[in-house]
Amino acid sequence: MGQNPNTGTPLVELRDISISFGGIKAVDHVSVDLYPGEVVGLLGHNGAGKSTLIKCLSGAYRADSGDIFINGEKAEITNPRDARRYNIETIYQTLALADNLDAASNLFLGRELVTSTGFVDDARMEAETRKIMGRLNPNFKKFNVPVSALSGGQRQSVAIARAVYFNARILIMDEPTAALGPHETQMVAELIQELKKQGLGIFLIEHDIHAVMDLCDRAVVMKNGERVGCVNVGEVTDDDILGMIIMGKKPPQAY
Amino acid sequence: MTQTTTTPKPTSSAIPANPLVRFLRATEIDTRLLGMVGALILIWIGFHLYGELVNGNGAFLTPRNLWNLSVQTASIGIMACGMVLVIVTRHIDLSVGSVLGFCAMIMGVLQVWVLPDYLGLGNPLIWIITAICGMALGSLIGAFHGWLIAYRKIPAFIVTLGGLLVWRGAAFLVARGETISPVDSTFALMGGGPYGSVGAVGSWIVGLLACAGIVWMILSGRRQRIRFDFPLRPVWAEWFLGIVGCGLVIGSVLLVNAYPWPKGIVAQYAQAQGIEVPEAGLFISHGFAYPVLILVIVGIAMTVLMTRTRFGRYVLAIGGNPDAAELAGIDTRWMTVKIFALMGFLTGLSAVVASARLNSATNSLGTLDELYVIAAAVIGGTSLSGGVGTIYGAIIGALVMQSLKTGMVLIGFDAAMQDIVVGVVLVLAVYADILYRSRTK
Ligand SMILES: Nc1ncnc2c1ncn2[C@@H]1O[C@H](COP(=O)(O)OP(=O)(O)O)[C@@H](O)[C@H]1O
Ligand SMILES: [Mg+2]
Repeated sequence: MGQNPNTGTPLVELRDISISFGGIKAVDHVSVDLYPGEVVGLLGHNGAGKSTLIKCLSGAYRADSGDIFINGEKAEITNPRDARRYNIETIYQTLALADNLDAASNLFLGRELVTSTGFVDDARMEAETRKIMGRLNPNFKKFNVPVSALSGGQRQSVAIARAVYFNARILIMDEPTAALGPHETQMVAELIQELKKQGLGIFLIEHDIHAVMDLCDRAVVMKNGERVGCVNVGEVTDDDILGMIIMGKKPPQAY
Repeated sequence: MTQTTTTPKPTSSAIPANPLVRFLRATEIDTRLLGMVGALILIWIGFHLYGELVNGNGAFLTPRNLWNLSVQTASIGIMACGMVLVIVTRHIDLSVGSVLGFCAMIMGVLQVWVLPDYLGLGNPLIWIITAICGMALGSLIGAFHGWLIAYRKIPAFIVTLGGLLVWRGAAFLVARGETISPVDSTFALMGGGPYGSVGAVGSWIVGLLACAGIVWMILSGRRQRIRFDFPLRPVWAEWFLGIVGCGLVIGSVLLVNAYPWPKGIVAQYAQAQGIEVPEAGLFISHGFAYPVLILVIVGIAMTVLMTRTRFGRYVLAIGGNPDAAELAGIDTRWMTVKIFALMGFLTGLSAVVASARLNSATNSLGTLDELYVIAAAVIGGTSLSGGVGTIYGAIIGALVMQSLKTGMVLIGFDAAMQDIVVGVVLVLAVYADILYRSRTK
């Protein structure tokens, strides 16, 4: 039997979370935790309930039952504003961008920089956006067009920049590399490692098993809304994890 | 200025060979704006020529007609500014005409039947209390609609369709269908007319202030771009924009000052002031009418709101992707309440202008206005699928609608024909917009 290698108070603890949509149990009594400086992979087939689970943490949904603890204290997260107050940032699978606005407006949406007179400071926001995009995706040049005019990869880098810019402590990444090419995917992998070194806790939803083996410390597998088990990635092979995802078979190292 | 600042930094796309495209890019003029202004000029010249050729009297492009056009546009234009926000956030408001009628009736009762009893007839407080009550009432009704839409999840179409019936009925019940007139004499000035205008000197002051504003905007925009090292417009393009902007302002000052008071009013005024009217008559200019200045102020304030404030940014974001806006922490439901309250406020203001212009309050005031307001916003480029729309577009849209109406009256089209033309133009304008969008995508 394996066990959680972390000790002390977890950064995030989702305890016994359930949520259903019109009879479908999307998430069924699932518990996961996350420690600072750790990357926890959330794995499972399409429809397993991964996105729904993390949306309970990001404030997009309210769980029907179950509790959320941040730093050991019970947290009431009823909307995305609450989540932001806990320094939780999310890259949604759908990216959640307003297509009619440009990159800077999306990056600062809901947290606009304002001038001393209270007006939005578009110039400063664009300058800040240029700065962070220069770090994340130096090829990005389309600052003055609506994001609907961007490629899938460029849109994804805007969503990533938004999550990274505001000094998150807890980062949720729901398939962050889905639209990216190999080079950009590599940059995201490096970014994850850098953020991890800075002590962030990261939930990573990812289908590529090799990326999971490379980046994650632990992996939690879900199937049909239920938690199959959790493994320390260093103690198992990729076949063990695939077995959990496909057949729901728990290897002996799982807990 | 030095040569270096005149060359824009190379943008991602190559410099186009076509001089028109190059010109548009340098001046950053919106091609849609250009199209709308072009259509407006065509309509004006078309009506004028038609009158000239067919009736032997081109009455359209005269100071008198254009001045009247500006006044008639005010009421619809004020509401169209609010309708932009409503439509941008993927809602609709069918109730504005009825709410206008109801607010006008309440204000009529207040200023004619109620307030004079307490304050005395002609008390200078009457008009201001009345106007504030009218706008507050409009805001409350709008907020109530918004609450039903946002928190009770009833579609805006249904809430405001219900509102269209309810408030029109309520407008009748206020005075059992009686017309209340005349309104307070100061209140009536907000509807325009010879006394409800700022005159020649006032118009020059307004015009010079506007020119100063244009120059200030160009200079501060340029300074801002230099501060952040963004690409600059070429200097000649800045000059071009400044000259065209100030030229338009000065042109409209000359125009409104070229329209004199009618002889009867001049005689009345001269008598009241004890002035001798010379043999050749006395030329007293109208100048800008108050309702037009109200529209301009509303237009500027709403443009600032839409482009320079968080509120405006959230309106656009909700229109572009309501889920993303919610996930970004925007309280989209509360925003909906505020947007409809603002629409109601502007409807109340519009009721002030409309009943002042009529010098009375009737329960049918504003009938069918909702259609003209929606049409103005849509012709002005507000997209019914949400996320796109500008205030200046809606005001130009209102001007287009009003130009069509006035023009057809001048050339003697009957009401049935007017409806047909307005309907066809609306559909064609939206079709042109769809074509434009799919081409520029
Ligand atoms: N808003 C919703 N309304 C109805 N059903 C939903 C909603 N969100 C998710 N579901 C359902 O919940 C289940 C889990 O979905 P999801 O969390 O998106 O899975 P995953 O991210 O693991 O692919 C699916 O059956 C999906 O259809
Ligand atoms: Mg998912």
